[in-house]
Amino acid sequence: MSGTLATGAGTGTATDTQQDTEQDTDVQAAVPWVTLVWNDPINLMSYVTHVFQKLFGYDREKATKLMLDVHKRGRAVVSSGSREQMEHDVARLHAYGLWATLQKQ
Amino acid sequence: MTGVRRTRRGVVVTFDEVEASLLRHLVGEVRELLVDGEELPGPAAAAGGLPTDAELVRMTGLGAPADPDTPGDPALARLLPDAYRDDPRAAGEFRRLTESSLRRDKVDAADRLLATLPGDGPGEVRLDAELTETWLSTINDVRLALGTRLEVSEEMTEPDPDDPDAPAYVVYLWLTELQGVLIEVADG
Repeated sequence: MSGTLATGAGTGTATDTQQDTEQDTDVQAAVPWVTLVWNDPINLMSYVTHVFQKLFGYDREKATKLMLDVHKRGRAVVSSGSREQMEHDVARLHAYGLWATLQKQ
Repeated sequence: MTGVRRTRRGVVVTFDEVEASLLRHLVGEVRELLVDGEELPGPAAAAGGLPTDAELVRMTGLGAPADPDTPGDPALARLLPDAYRDDPRAAGEFRRLTESSLRRDKVDAADRLLATLPGDGPGEVRLDAELTETWLSTINDVRLALGTRLEVSEEMTEPDPDDPDAPAYVVYLWLTELQGVLIEVADG
């Protein structure tokens, strides 16, 4: 990601409508598909954070953490659920220009 | 340089003499890239005859099967990426079913941006929350296409002024700054 214009982690107030699967192993075990976002040199860090908030309802803190995972580790799981749900998420991320794929967990 | 400010009624982007025409040109180019190879409405519609398959697809949103292969043009492949990384068959099937609608959504977004853009010369545009998203994603599509052509990397430094890519890189940096400021103002 390009970080020249990235905004830092702030105190977002958006409601977190998604279940935090990282802390909910029972849910994670039951849902075998995940959506991954991959690092690329063009998308701005601030844009990726913005898209995670818009599409998934994540607060700014969680969206920023996911964005930094993508940036530092090359990829991050941004959502999990049924295959159909993940195909929907991937399509929405592609509409925003993020490099997203889905796969079995 | 383009100015972006927040008002009570939305985000206002101010353009100088050349910026609106530059943006119109760039968005138009990406629009052409996305439309290329897609079936356009045929003469039957103009004559008042039965709609063509392509028109039915547009009306119903139920996509005609697209080519399952990843586009050969790297810029187009970046705009329409594979949905499965290690499963070409699933990627092809997903593309066959969804690529037309993704292209259409991006073209529609480009058209919405073009419709709001002020005429050539200095001017300003006011964006509500929805239009701000349209502008962000469309400017991003232009950056993806241009950045892919320029083979932008995270370690990249500005090209030498004599480099044939230097003017395009300056445009890329301008779009990057415009998008960055737009996000800052929208999310601020």
